[in-house]
Amino acid sequence: MALLEVKDLHTSFFTDAGEVKAVNGISFNLDCGKILGIVGESGSGKSVSAYSIMQILAPTGKIVSGSIKFDGMELIGIGEKTMRSIRGKRISMIFQDPMTSLNPVYTIGHQLMEAITLHTDYQGAAARERTVELLRLVNVNDPGKRIKQYPYEFSGGMRQRVMIAMALACEPDILIADEPTTALDVTIQAQILELMNSLQDEIGMSIILITHDLGVVAQICDEVVVMYAGEICEQGTADEIYYNSHHEYTKGLLASIPTIATAGQKLKPISGTPIDLLNLPDGCPFAPRCDEAMKICLREHAPKMQINDEHIAYCWVNVKKGLSDGSVILDNSTVPHQQKEVLVHE
Amino acid sequence: MNSKTLFYILKRVVLAFVTVLIVITITFFAMHAIPGGPFLGEKAVSPAVIEALEAKYGLDKPLLEQYLTYLRGIFLDFDFGPSLKQRGMMVIDIIMDGLKTSIRLGVIAAGIALFFGLTLGSIASLRRNTTIDRAIMVVTTAFVSMPSFIMGSLLLLIFAVQLAIVPANGSTGAGLILPVITLSLYPMAYITRLTRSSMLDVLGQDYIRTARAKGVSRSEIIRGHALKNAIIPVITYFGPMLAYIVTGSLVVERIFAVPGIGRSFANSITGRDYPLVMGTTIVLSTLIVLMNLLGDIMYKLVDPRISFE
Amino acid sequence: MMKKNPLSLQVDLDDFIPATKEDKEYMVQMRASSTFFRDGARRLSRNKVAMFSLIVIVLITLSSIFLPMFWPYSYEQQLGVQSGKRVDPSYNNLAPFEYGSTEQERMDAGESIFPHIFGTDSAGRDYFIRVIYGTRISLAVGFFASIIVLMIGLVVGSVAGYFGGKVDLIIMRIVDIIYSLPDTLMVILLASILRVTLGDRLEGTALESIGSNIISLFIVFALLYWVSMARLVRGQILSLREEEYVLSARATGAKGPWIIRKHLLPNSISVIIISTALQIPSAIFTESYLSFLGLGVNAPMPSLGSLASDALNGINSYSYRLVVPAVSISLIVLSLNLLGDGLRDAFDPKLNN
Repeated sequence: MALLEVKDLHTSFFTDAGEVKAVNGISFNLDCGKILGIVGESGSGKSVSAYSIMQILAPTGKIVSGSIKFDGMELIGIGEKTMRSIRGKRISMIFQDPMTSLNPVYTIGHQLMEAITLHTDYQGAAARERTVELLRLVNVNDPGKRIKQYPYEFSGGMRQRVMIAMALACEPDILIADEPTTALDVTIQAQILELMNSLQDEIGMSIILITHDLGVVAQICDEVVVMYAGEICEQGTADEIYYNSHHEYTKGLLASIPTIATAGQKLKPISGTPIDLLNLPDGCPFAPRCDEAMKICLREHAPKMQINDEHIAYCWVNVKKGLSDGSVILDNSTVPHQQKEVLVHE
Repeated sequence: MNSKTLFYILKRVVLAFVTVLIVITITFFAMHAIPGGPFLGEKAVSPAVIEALEAKYGLDKPLLEQYLTYLRGIFLDFDFGPSLKQRGMMVIDIIMDGLKTSIRLGVIAAGIALFFGLTLGSIASLRRNTTIDRAIMVVTTAFVSMPSFIMGSLLLLIFAVQLAIVPANGSTGAGLILPVITLSLYPMAYITRLTRSSMLDVLGQDYIRTARAKGVSRSEIIRGHALKNAIIPVITYFGPMLAYIVTGSLVVERIFAVPGIGRSFANSITGRDYPLVMGTTIVLSTLIVLMNLLGDIMYKLVDPRISFE
Repeated sequence: MMKKNPLSLQVDLDDFIPATKEDKEYMVQMRASSTFFRDGARRLSRNKVAMFSLIVIVLITLSSIFLPMFWPYSYEQQLGVQSGKRVDPSYNNLAPFEYGSTEQERMDAGESIFPHIFGTDSAGRDYFIRVIYGTRISLAVGFFASIIVLMIGLVVGSVAGYFGGKVDLIIMRIVDIIYSLPDTLMVILLASILRVTLGDRLEGTALESIGSNIISLFIVFALLYWVSMARLVRGQILSLREEEYVLSARATGAKGPWIIRKHLLPNSISVIIISTALQIPSAIFTESYLSFLGLGVNAPMPSLGSLASDALNGINSYSYRLVVPAVSISLIVLSLNLLGDGLRDAFDPKLNN
């Protein structure tokens, strides 16, 4: 049993303008001790998925259907009180912009201690000691002095370290990091990622790393989920996704990264603009921007295809290829359409 | 407190001082634009009085010298000259008399405004878009739109005249109820709206999300994380609130016959008692400038972010 | 070995033909894009409270402009006073819709007399028309004072914002100082002075009909109230200066004032308009306040403030004389505030989430 099992999650925001379908049926698992990367552009639903797990959606947001099982426990519908005991203690989260994620009128020490006194038995002086320990753990120098300082006295990278310290205060099972390095300089980025990696080794927790940056994912993730417009395009181990991608969107993302090899050539962005989540098309959401799109792509969502043991993709191009090389058979019998199957030769 | 804050405070103090000086100057020279000057007014005054005034204020001397004499009188002796209409009384004494009552009135009104304003504003922000929020918004919009003299007159009409449950006259203790309520309504409505929008703004901030993700309870988030930030803009309202209470008291004291500085000021204007007008303007202006200064300083000290910038 | 990937749909080989560009565009339903102002206007029209307030304001304004034109009574006409005759007190202090004894006689004699909807005041003047006229004064003062404030603030703010440096510094120092002056006290002071000094000087000029008090009101507004607008405008200009298109405009050789007019101001228009709109009720507020204190319009011209003030004296016997101007002012200021709020909600991009 995986530590975290998300099954067919649907989350929407109910606004004046209509229902914004932010997450449309995603499923993935997180195993103990693994680092899972969720990759996608803005609006892909990756952050909303994380907020759904933590159940800290904005008031207009609602989990419409699906299941989120943490350590065997179903989280959806579990009740706010129980959820609160899980947040910060067993599942922690750090956010994108460290500059605004800390309360400006409280000292760092106060905010760290709050996490500690809330969920553990440490109180008073013991809690303060633990706070200093935590800051040392994340490589903040002179922690004794630092705990009396206010957020504005810290740099961006420092603040993110404090955020990490706060998240780790109770040694959670899962750390969810929502674009932790996006707002930081590249050099600081590397430091923070390194820190997260080493801490993960030390404490043995699992990490969900949400980002739009494929480079970040390549550095530390074991498994990857690629999302677009609230749906999963493909998921598998990092190696599979990078070297054996089976979805046009992933291929497009990888192709658009400028490398030394392609220096001097024109950049290859993905054409078109991101989808409007209020007006989702019927078929594959990426189809309008896809060079390989076929008529069926616009009409129907692609079926789940098991590429191999470690790799799943949702793309009609694979079905087409399978049809042409014989590994996929169309069953056109008079069976009612719900039961039609695509048979795949191994 | 770091040196940056200190420097800022110093700048503010200097500005306040300069402002008061400008007020005195404007008042002085404006008053002397009246034919005959403020000390003689328009009425015919007996030669003996003219002589006495001339001796004291050098009314025959050049204007600049008169100005400096006046200035010296204020800063050294708090002397604003004699009242034209109230024979035998010095302006400063009249002012001090009235201030006692008016300050009592103002402080109570301010207290009520702050307490109810903060409470109602918080409630409205937490119950956003529900009936109670909409009700609060409608009521506060109404109060913010009604001039104090209208409010006061209507309250007088309804409660003192028609229903006769409170005395109309403000010189007694119970008679202060209506004036206090009248004065507090606008600031209370304003503070309510300010608190509400400030809370809504704060509640949407990232650090509130962090607190939620930490597992902090809703009530603790509101009390600790949100309110402490939301209150900051309200502090900046202290100065303007006092200014409103001062100008509001001019009419409120008139309507309810409260023997405060507001009433004496209003009377001095219509009665053309210019030295009193001058003196009261200067004293009240100084009060307002001081409160603004205090508000500025408090704001700086309370928000560590601002101290840094 | 066969692995089954179940499909729940109709699939045939035709579907695997590549999709054309038109196919793709058809699937992407774009929301109709519209301009900023059209968007805002639509939002505003959906705001029922703001629309209702707009209607109220328009109605009040129209009636204050047109009613006096054909109303049988005028605001200063003391009905019992006719030259050469003795003062007829039967016209004074009539209750709403009541007729004085002389009027009764005239009606019995066949004359039709227009009713006094709000009765008459102690000098025999029709109260209804006085209230209407007072409304007209309040609205006019509010409107023109705001325009004056807008113009001065716009000019000063633009100059300070665009030219920066020493010019900006000096202007902002002045702004700071004026801003820290207690405005209402200064207004009272200046109004009381100007009332006395201006009074004689205006005789014979065109401005005399407006009244020295109103002129002094405008002067006071022009002197003191432009500062917030100037700060606002300056702030807008400063933030817009950073924008790219100023750079590109410069690249085509555009010069100073042209840049200000063509590129920077139109984008800040909505903010400035909203601020002006909210300035109008504030000006009306101030005018009625001063009138209440006796520093407003000259008698016999009525202002809603002075009418309320006069009514205080007779509050025990003629309470309606207080209620009518009180309700009128509150209604006007309230509607303007609600409309201003609605404008801000509709057009302020920052508030959109």
